Amino acid sequence: MAAITLNALAHTYTDNPTKPEDYAIREMTHVWEQGGAFALLGPSGCGKSTLLNIISGLLKPSNGEVLFDGKRVNELKPEERNIAQVFQFPVVYDTMTVFDNLAFPLRNIGVPEYKVKSKVYEVAEILELSDQLKRKAKGLSADQKQKVSMGRGLVRDDVSAILFDEPLTVIDPQLKWKLRRKLKQIHEQFNITMVYVTHDQLEASTFADKIAVMYNGQIVQFGTPRELFENPAHTFVGYFIGSPGMNFFEAELKSQGEKETLMFGDHEISVSNAMLARLKAMGANKVTLGIRPEFVHVWEGKNSDAFHVDVDYVEDLGTYKILSFLFHGQVMKARLSEDQKVPSGQIYVSFPEQWTKVYVDDYLVEVTDATVDNDKTKEIPHAN
Amino acid sequence: MQIKVENNKAWFLVLPVFLIVAFSAIIPLMTVVNYSVQDIFDPYTRYFVGTEWFKQVMLDSRLHEALLRQFLYSFTILAIEVPLGICVALMMPTKGRGASLALILVAIPLLIPWNVVGTIWQIFGRADIGLFGAFMSSIGVDYNYASDPTDAWLTVVLMDVWHWTPLIALLCYSGLRAIPEVYYQAARIDQASRWAVFRYIQLPKLTNVLIIGVLLRFMDSFMIYTEPFVLTGGGPGSSTTFLSQSLVQQAIGQFDLGPAAAFSLVYFLIILLVCWVFYTTIMNMQKDK
Amino acid sequence: MTQPSTKPIAHAYKATKEQAPVYSRAERKLRNANLRGRFGLALYVVLLLLPIYWLVNMSFKTNTEILSGLSFFPENFTLDNYAKIFGDPTWYMGYVNSIFYVSMNMVISLLVALPAAYAFSRYKFIGDKHMFFWLLSNRMAPPAVFLLPFFQLYSSVGLFDTHIAVALAHCLFNVPLAVWILEGFMSGVPREIDETAYIDGYSFPKFFVRIFIPLIRSGIGVTAFFCFMFSWVELLLARTLTSVDAKPIAAIMTRTVSASGMDWGLLAAAGVLTILPGMLVIYFVRNHVAKGFALGRV
Repeated sequence: MAAITLNALAHTYTDNPTKPEDYAIREMTHVWEQGGAFALLGPSGCGKSTLLNIISGLLKPSNGEVLFDGKRVNELKPEERNIAQVFQFPVVYDTMTVFDNLAFPLRNIGVPEYKVKSKVYEVAEILELSDQLKRKAKGLSADQKQKVSMGRGLVRDDVSAILFDEPLTVIDPQLKWKLRRKLKQIHEQFNITMVYVTHDQLEASTFADKIAVMYNGQIVQFGTPRELFENPAHTFVGYFIGSPGMNFFEAELKSQGEKETLMFGDHEISVSNAMLARLKAMGANKVTLGIRPEFVHVWEGKNSDAFHVDVDYVEDLGTYKILSFLFHGQVMKARLSEDQKVPSGQIYVSFPEQWTKVYVDDYLVEVTDATVDNDKTKEIPHAN
Repeated sequence: MQIKVENNKAWFLVLPVFLIVAFSAIIPLMTVVNYSVQDIFDPYTRYFVGTEWFKQVMLDSRLHEALLRQFLYSFTILAIEVPLGICVALMMPTKGRGASLALILVAIPLLIPWNVVGTIWQIFGRADIGLFGAFMSSIGVDYNYASDPTDAWLTVVLMDVWHWTPLIALLCYSGLRAIPEVYYQAARIDQASRWAVFRYIQLPKLTNVLIIGVLLRFMDSFMIYTEPFVLTGGGPGSSTTFLSQSLVQQAIGQFDLGPAAAFSLVYFLIILLVCWVFYTTIMNMQKDK
Repeated sequence: MTQPSTKPIAHAYKATKEQAPVYSRAERKLRNANLRGRFGLALYVVLLLLPIYWLVNMSFKTNTEILSGLSFFPENFTLDNYAKIFGDPTWYMGYVNSIFYVSMNMVISLLVALPAAYAFSRYKFIGDKHMFFWLLSNRMAPPAVFLLPFFQLYSSVGLFDTHIAVALAHCLFNVPLAVWILEGFMSGVPREIDETAYIDGYSFPKFFVRIFIPLIRSGIGVTAFFCFMFSWVELLLARTLTSVDAKPIAAIMTRTVSASGMDWGLLAAAGVLTILPGMLVIYFVRNHVAKGFALGRV
């Protein structure tokens, strides 16, 4: 069991990297604490599998170091790192029985047979594979195979961490849920550091205590599912997390005498004075504003803070509805609860100040106040 | 496995194949059957002899010897070529220029006309002008494939191993290439030894191609004619006379059409039978697993 | 109604290049095991090429030099042996004949095997399994068995000593093989592609030529390679069915035995020339060979 530290880590597949785009992993420093359940969330091609393979040692990073409990492991081969890795497609040794599959990692390191037996039975019990032990692994269903590959990671006592690389891709939806619960349960029972790579936000948030969102080779935010939802540190997090994603629109900072205002076309968007001052200090003229559809207020009648907009269409998704409207020529979405009246024609919407996030160059601009945890900002690497 | 649609019109698609193979297989085969039950003096004088020729063939001791020799030969070359082919495949690089080069070089013997293969070894094995022959005599072995039956056998086997191991190697190579990288990664994480990787990952994935390879090699070695014909002419004595050679001697050399035809049928049936037994055994073994 | 435009940001993110993750090949367990492998392979290749090298070496020597002793390089380098072959039509026509019937066989085998393989891979029909097995059983028929019947058959229909006779005779083993290989490749193509094409209004021939054949290009290349290979290397049938006009080079080579003894240099040169077309063909299909040798069935 170990804490995993990535120290100034970067990786490239090209021989002579010149631009930041040449890097699959851009320089990052990151800590996965011992015993935590973490998710690494991102779209395909963002570098998350690369990062996982660097941790397990299947890949050597081009720069920086990987530390297990403070000890450098760059030079250690995967077999010396004592990690377990579960891959996207279940890897089982076809010709062996389930028992032999689970015993394989133990036999490889010369564990005496009586210990192998008790350990395999124990793990099989947890994974509910006890009655399958005598079967050939070849005939198992995909979810059972995936359980066997997880089991191979669990049988070893000395495992520092278990890494999961989108392990539920090939599993049927109803079984996904069961397996995810099993994982959670195993995590609680064994207290092993677990890193779970996925592109599915639901999977990530049900499994992990903390999620690292990866985009273009960088971890753009590391936080609890709630933090990711309420306070996206990067426009990508806003876009990727939530369904539908955050509404974004470009606004301009304009000075009218002493007073600064944030204008979207000819509409003034209200943000706190502290924010306006900060933006002025940064010298940022163009900013991106983001608001979650969940936080957009929809009014039927006229309201002094609200903007007058045209309804585009409404999608009824059963338990809630998604309202699309045109605001100054741009399509935006608002989430309506089931019982809310379906508006049509022209309506009024408002954006509560607290939920209107301001981004400059895709990164969140924060003003110090009590609601923001300062530590969070440290996790955000700077844009190159 | 894809679900197939029942459609008897598909026969029209198979018809050309059926016709062309029927022309080159069924008609000649019927001729053979026809010969095998008749005694032919000339095109107008022939007698029906029933199973006479078959009895004669079954009791012919020369053919028994040839059959025995044939089995011994086929099993010997399989026993050498299969393990050697697997080893070569394991050693071949999987990526880059080296991979293409190795592939081309290893495949060369397969594309040499069979009589040229015979010629190459005929030259190579001679003590006066051949490197191999000269090498053998220089290390003090009295080697002469033309006069010593053991040497003749050795040369014929060596020639076949040289000629056909590449087929097994290339089959295995393509089998190995089809193993996803993730299996090797999982094995590393499970701390598997090199042997364990071979035994539990590579070998199981090679079974399919090995079945193809062994079947092809068995069939072809069982029909071998040209290479030993060029190299030793079946000699010395009849030490390297295999089934095809006895058949050709009988049919063309002695023009004993009836017995030759009966012999042909028996020969064909033996190959079919052995292949069938071999194939079903392996399939059943796989099912049991 | 106008389609709602996607958010500009979403656009930007969707446009981010989907880089396929490139895995570097997991390094082999031990570096020296790797080296040992390379060394073993090099040794094998050298042993493999040695007999061929010897043939090439000899082809550039005069007969006197050949018989006077062993040497790794020709002392009196000569092209006479090759000149003799290229200067005599009875010699070089042998190559033309061989290439002619091999190409014919390749074309015939592919033409008839393509539709049949499609039928076997897509449809169930009466007797399909028996038909398939019967086809394959012809691959197991020793050519020696068919020697005499072939001779009589082709003589009686007036095809003796023609290229087409050899091409047809080689169909005996090449057509079943072609059907088998192609069936393997075709089964790897999802049925949905056929169905979509039919829904789009393609007729069967049009679909087959325009869509399906391009999809199994590499399979066709591999099949052609195997047809070439087995037709090119076969001698027994080719020799029996020809006498003058279509005589293959491999059969002409036996002429080097004469009353005055073997013409070793000429024999070697003729041998070398029969190896070249094969090497050329492998070079062209080298990128498909890895998959092709498993006959589409890994």
